[in-house]
This record gives sequence, C-alpha cells and structure tokens, in this order.
Amino acid sequence: MSEFNERLILPDIAGLHTIEVYEQHNGYQALRKALAMKPEEVTDEVKKSNLRGRGGACFPTGLKWTFMPKQSAKPKYLCANGDESEPGTFKDRQIFEQNPHLFIEGAVIAAYAMGIETVYVYIRGEYAKWVKMLQKAVDDAYAKNYIGKNVLGSPFSVNLYLYKGAGAYICGEESALMNSLEGNRGYPRVKPPFPAQNGLWGCPTTINNIETIANVPVILNRGWEWFSKIGAPKQPGTLLYGISGHVNKPGVYELPTGVLLSDLIHRYAGGVPGNKKIKAVIPGGSSTMWLRGEELDGVRMDADSLKAAGSSIGTAGVIVMDEDTDVLKVLARITHFYHHESCGQCTPCREGCGWMEKILNRFVAGDGTMADVDLLLDVANNVEGNTICALGDAAAWPIQSFIRKFRDEFEKRARTTPRSPSYIPPPHLVTTGA
Amino acid sequence: MFTKENLDKLEVLKKQYPTMKSLTLPALWMAQEQFGWISPDTMKYVGELLELPVSHIYGVVTFYTMFNTRPVGTHHLQVCTNVSCQLRGAERLAGHICDRLHIKMGETTPDKRYTVTEVECLGSCGTAPMMQVGDEYYENLTLDRVDALLSKELK
Repeated sequence: MSEFNERLILPDIAGLHTIEVYEQHNGYQALRKALAMKPEEVTDEVKKSNLRGRGGACFPTGLKWTFMPKQSAKPKYLCANGDESEPGTFKDRQIFEQNPHLFIEGAVIAAYAMGIETVYVYIRGEYAKWVKMLQKAVDDAYAKNYIGKNVLGSPFSVNLYLYKGAGAYICGEESALMNSLEGNRGYPRVKPPFPAQNGLWGCPTTINNIETIANVPVILNRGWEWFSKIGAPKQPGTLLYGISGHVNKPGVYELPTGVLLSDLIHRYAGGVPGNKKIKAVIPGGSSTMWLRGEELDGVRMDADSLKAAGSSIGTAGVIVMDEDTDVLKVLARITHFYHHESCGQCTPCREGCGWMEKILNRFVAGDGTMADVDLLLDVANNVEGNTICALGDAAAWPIQSFIRKFRDEFEKRARTTPRSPSYIPPPHLVTTGA
Repeated sequence: MFTKENLDKLEVLKKQYPTMKSLTLPALWMAQEQFGWISPDTMKYVGELLELPVSHIYGVVTFYTMFNTRPVGTHHLQVCTNVSCQLRGAERLAGHICDRLHIKMGETTPDKRYTVTEVECLGSCGTAPMMQVGDEYYENLTLDRVDALLSKELK
C-alpha cells in the first residue's frame, strides 16, 4: 500500500474553524461545483467514490442516497448523526472543533443531491460546548448564504438546525435518533419500513454520520477517482482513528483506511507505556469483538481484514489494554454500560444485559464458577439477534468473543469450591444517582 | 415560569419543527438551565406550554440521563468511569473525589456545593480520565489536578 499522508478531514491549518480561513483554503468551492451539477450527478459522484458510512455499519453512502424518492409529496429530511456515544469514540468532536465548515458544506451538498430542504444535526447533550461552536459556524454560513434561501443565488434553498440530545447511548441508533428528534423517548423502531421511505414524521429521511458527511466536499473537490484510490480499495478514504487506553499518545489520528493496527498502536500512538506487552485490543469501539494481543500481527484497520480477524471496524475507536489489565473487570464495566443504556423495549436485551452484568460481577468478586461461563454464553447467545436494534448484539459480541478468546481468564478466577446456598451476589462497585 | 428570553427562543424553535412535540427536549433543556433541575411542577408547566400530557414529559425526563430529577449542587461533577477512563484510573479518581467530599457516588454535599455522579462515556477517551462539570470538560485528570480544581476553580 502506498504511503498516503495527507489529512483530508482535519488538516493542520491554524484557525480553520473560522469561515474566513476555511474560505481561503478552498472552502465552499465544492458546494459551488455541486450547485452547477444536476443533483443526481452529485449522488453519482459520491456513489462512484465508494465512500462508506463512518458510523459503524460501513454502508455505501451514495447507495443510501439513491434510496430517497426523487419525487415526494411529503418533505424530505437529512439527519446528521453526531450522537457519538460508543465508548472509545471521540472523532466527530474534533470535526466540530477544528473543521466545522467542512461538515456544514458536506451537509448542504448532501441536501442538494437528495432534494432536501431541512437538515437536522443531532448532537449528544454532553457536547454542549461543541454545539455552541458548531452553532457559531452555522450562523456564519447563513450570513454568507451557504445555507438559507437561494443558496449562492441558485434556486436551491436549505435550512440547517442543531438539536441537542440529553444523554442516551441508544440515540446514536438511527431510528432511536429520529424518535428523540420527534420529542420522544429514544426507542428504536422496527425496520422495515426504512427511513428513506418512512423516517422523521413519516417522511423520507436519510441519516448519515458527521464524519461521512465531512468526506463529501473532499470527493467533489478532488474527484471520485482520486478518492477511491486512497487506503483499502473496498472502503476508501481516510479514517479518524481514535486510540485510547494504554498507549503513550492517545488521541485522534487521521490516516488512510487499512492502516496496520500494530502501526497505529506503536508508530502513531507511541506504543504501550513501560514497553509492556499488549493483552487485548478492542478495535472499533466497545461493541466490537475483542482481539488478543498475540493476534494483532498483520491485522489492518478495514472492514475485510478485521472481519477475517474475527472483529469489525466499527467506529475505528481502538482501545488498548496492557498485560497487567484486569480484563474481566473491563468486560464487566462494558456490560454494565449496555445494561444501563438498554432502552428497555425488548426483553432479551433489557433482562439479558442485567444478567450478564451480574454474572460478570460475580467473577470479578471471585465468586464465579465455570458453570457460570456456560450460563453467560447462553444468555449472550439469546440476546444476540433477538432485539429490535443492534444494542443487544453490541452487548453480546464483546462477551461472546471474550469467552472464545480469554477463557483462561475465567479459569484463573473461578472458585473451585461450591458457593454456599445463602450466597448473595455482590453489588456493582459504584452506583449512579441524580 | 420561563423567562421572556426562553419563551422567545421557544417561538423561534416552533418554526423549525413540524410538530410541537419536537420541542420537548429543547424546552426541558431550557427548564434545566433556568431552574437547575426538573421538578414535577416544571414537568406540568412544560406539558401545558407544549400542549402535551404530563405523562409524556415525565417519560422523556426519566429516559434521558442528563435531566436531573432532583436538585444538584452548585458544581455537578460527572465522572466518566467507562472503559477508556477505567483503564487510566477513573475508579481511583472517582473514589478520591467521593472521599475528599465525604459523600458517596450520587450524593450531594450537605452545603449543596457538590454533587458527584458516575456517568457513561463522554467522548473524551483520548484525554482520559475526565469529568464534566456544567458544560466544561476537565481532561487528563490526576488526583493532584482534582485537588487543585476543588480548592480553586470549583470552590
């Protein structure tokens, strides 16, 4: 793979977050170019670039856009998903902070391509500071007529509104996000019908991740052919890799797709503190399957390579754990998260996540038995695939992969004598209030 | 009662969404910013304002973790203990804060200055461990840094 070291989404330019500096660096030229094209030509360009969604599912973006009806009696909507709540993921925040106009430009182009007049940007409530930053950028873009009535003198008009969530992981799931935006609890919806037919208020809707949308102006400026040759062929472009946990230089690194996982950890993130060995890596946010430290050789950060390694790219949020980590405790913490965030609609997820957490806490306290491991796997298998949305799967996958790959951890910790009949499971370490 | 400023803001928002129901979250945010927390009376008020049943408002308030259904202290310390922060010592940090303030997780100090809660991932994994106080993120925390914060900026 040729060395590509240009940063497309987060270039190193001082003051790029201001509209003046953004304009000086070719800003909003892609929008001008798009407005001179037919909407379907814009969609075609994105389709040919082979851009894939950056929110975790890797769905081809151009194809998703073609699902929207061309003619519609009802209004059409675009939702930008900035809920960013998968543990280990902190990339969209960098876009809001460093290059908000790239996202805004992409959103306006996407709206033009699909004939959409209203864009909603859903941002997690905790990002209040970044909502304000983006609002400033949106106001500036309105003032210069990049958004609003008759954008840059064209017949195309579009409005863009920011919507602040209020703390719910599930609202990153697209149908839950729409329910939240409609003013409801964030309950995922049964699919079909899919959002392109029946989305916000029953109208055709497309939901794209913030980073996905930020790639659109780049594709229009540089052409689909150029873009499609960057990184892994099936999933071209750059990714904002978030790397956290036991590394010397955690943070967000923009690199081509398909970078070696070991390069990401050692070359870019500065390796593990104290030169310790790696015990485990979660490659794409907390819901992706675990990898053992010994099996990282040759694994690349793209959908195919990670699939072959038994995991997935997810949101490219890499979590590294060194050899001294109590990995069982980490798994218990992750499972506590899914239990806490289950919306409660589906019984397997609502009850199953709680049971999985209880079993894992039992192990952490030294009270687990090997029979509990079979029970844990049984519960996980009965959660996976039996729920409306993927949260159930997200809770089951780390556990299933952990049992497959770290069975020795359970064996080390399991008690050898049976529990007393009056056994009471230990409570969770800290509890939430307010 | 909302301030005139908030009522005006609500009028602007009404034009941005096809239904009044969509204003549930924005209105609750306004309420929390104005009153500090969302009481049953506030829920009733927001319901009347948006012409929605109070049961709907109650359902929404209790679904989202950021809405406080109890009063919180002047400084609401929200400590992330999720995986990336956990790996970088969040548990010790959370314990240290509770010890220093002589309260348990989820409690408020008797002088109503501090509330400490454990929260899920705040999207700050590269600068772990961290906590949020108000709109502000405090990142790359150490025990010393927390001590300094509690005796100065967040006094």
